[in-house]
Amino acid sequence: MKILVCISHVPDTTSKINFTDNNTKLDAAGVQFIIGPYDDYALARAIELKEANPGTTVTVLNVGTADTEPTIRKALAIGADDAIRVNAEPVDSFFVASQVAEHAKGFDLILMGRESIDYNSGVVHAMVGDLLGLPSVSPVMKLDIEGAKVKMTREIEGGKEQVEASLPLIAGCQEPIAEWKIPNMRGIMSAKTKPLKVAEPVTVAASVALSKFELPAPKGAVKMIPADAVAELVSKLKNEAKVL
Amino acid sequence: MSALVFIETSEGKAKKSSQEALCYARALGGPVTAIVLGPADAAGLQDLGKYGASKVLHAANPKLEQGVIQAYATVIAKAFADENADVLVLANSSLATPVAAKVAIKSGASFASNVVELPDTGNGFKVKRSIYTGKAFCWQELKNAKKVLVIKKNAAEVTESGSAATITPYEVALTDADFNTTILSSEKATGHVLLPEAEIVVSGGRGMKGPEHWGILEDLAKVLHAATGCSKPVSDIGWRPHHEHVGQTGVKVAPQLYIAVGISGAIQHLAGVNSSKCIVVINKDPEAPFFKAADYGIVGDAFDVVPKLTEALKAAL
Ligand SMILES: Cc1cc2nc3c(=O)[nH]c(=O)nc-3n(C[C@H](O)[C@H](O)[C@H](O)COP(=O)(O)OP(=O)(O)OC[C@H]3O[C@@H](n4cnc5c(N)ncnc54)[C@H](O)[C@@H]3O)c2cc1C
Ligand SMILES: Nc1ncnc2c1ncn2[C@@H]1O[C@H](COP(=O)(O)O)[C@@H](O)[C@H]1O
Repeated sequence: MKILVCISHVPDTTSKINFTDNNTKLDAAGVQFIIGPYDDYALARAIELKEANPGTTVTVLNVGTADTEPTIRKALAIGADDAIRVNAEPVDSFFVASQVAEHAKGFDLILMGRESIDYNSGVVHAMVGDLLGLPSVSPVMKLDIEGAKVKMTREIEGGKEQVEASLPLIAGCQEPIAEWKIPNMRGIMSAKTKPLKVAEPVTVAASVALSKFELPAPKGAVKMIPADAVAELVSKLKNEAKVL
Repeated sequence: MSALVFIETSEGKAKKSSQEALCYARALGGPVTAIVLGPADAAGLQDLGKYGASKVLHAANPKLEQGVIQAYATVIAKAFADENADVLVLANSSLATPVAAKVAIKSGASFASNVVELPDTGNGFKVKRSIYTGKAFCWQELKNAKKVLVIKKNAAEVTESGSAATITPYEVALTDADFNTTILSSEKATGHVLLPEAEIVVSGGRGMKGPEHWGILEDLAKVLHAATGCSKPVSDIGWRPHHEHVGQTGVKVAPQLYIAVGISGAIQHLAGVNSSKCIVVINKDPEAPFFKAADYGIVGDAFDVVPKLTEALKAAL
């Protein structure tokens, strides 16, 4: 079986977000970039499937500039066999989906995260599904392959549903589909020589254009209320904040 | 600017989030058509007029009773073309967001999700989106003639004006390819306020010490008609179900009031709550980082403060 895992390269979850260049660019100073946390679940499940099914290969794909290569190497260190980097700024979901669709042909299982944590769109899997005419399911908490069928648990508002589809298939993953894997020394060493192919992007007409970034208005100071004065809190919520 | 709005129903009525989508579309200024898929009752459909729909397309095909994403996308894309609408508006959900993405592909439309307010149409069509899990926003111009917008909670205010809508049955031929996924079964918490839609959320962290102590949070939630939420470790250890976990890797809530009890306020948790209008933090540690993100804070023991707060609310509400 051939598995493709699409990974995004995003600021670490603890990052404070700031912008430069007149609010048109992310300020990368002091920001550490990681494999998207949901993409890490996708990768972990792919490696589990590889370990359980001899002959399975795992390829990682990222759409990004050369800056993302350390993130891609980390995925190789975790256990992917080879990698493709589509050499382009991931400008919007449709652009990324078009690039993924170009390279996803021939794979049996295409795993992604439920969403990237920069733009949080949660749509690349659905778009690739439509572009390739393949089923796409997200967010998937459990995924098991039974012959040509795939059984999945998908989270929905206030609960979950059991979904079945056939391979080839696209799934957007989230916990607890698998435990995150941490690269070991041998993985880190071997990652250096694993193949990382750089591909040029296919041309896609831009359908959206960034105007500017904006930060939320700063929060006012907290008002502390003594623990024995809960009635005061109730009155403030009613009359001051007007939320009751 | 004519708009088509996808309506999700719950017990025959449009969900609050879909009412918001209708009001958002009405504010765009042109005619609004709503589309409902699967069995629905006539009164519920006519009611959509109150929120701005002049016409309701009803695709009553029983095969659409379950929310099969591909089939929904086929029907809505066809309606988007048939109605010659400029904008398709949907409220964010586990069904609507992937459907929207597929319709955008099928229609050659510009796509934006997590839209937080009405567009700026002064020069082009610009939308404001929430990004970095609520830590920032961006303005994007949608360049294509057709646009698909997935809106976040509170992107528009729900107000009633208008009259009953005309209902038009709507049929689209569906093929096996539209049912490329099969929903075998589903389970949903019933009788509870759903977390993503809740106006008030009572949330507990590891400071609650164990699942057996959730009763005091449930009592508080009950007097407030609130949903209950939790921090990630709480769902990881299995004290609460996964779908209740709030934050960067969980549900992003946007209630009027978020009450956090025994939660330290890690940045990943805050990422899921920063769209709340008012935040109350109850924590025994005065140095807990959550206080910096709060509007009101009480330093105290949850087991002492929460029952007292419940009693005070019972007396006041
Ligand atoms: C990639 C990544 C993603 C993450 N995503 C999320 C996410 O989506 N959501 C999330 O919540 N976390 C997330 N986390 C985890 C996050 O970093 C914190 O570990 C977590 O939020 C802490 O949970 P907590 O506040 O319940 O527990 P703790 O940090 O242990 O805090 C418990 C708090 O309870 C207080 N307390 C103890 N006893 C009492 C008492 N009797 N009365 C009152 N207060 C009391 C303590 O003072 C303390 O502040 C993520 C982490 C990573 C690395
Ligand atoms: N630049 C990218 N390169 C490769 N995969 C990506 C990229 N951006 C997003 N993805 C994948 O698509 C999923 C959904 O992303 P999104 O729709 O942007 O929230 C992510 O979890 C990744 O698996």
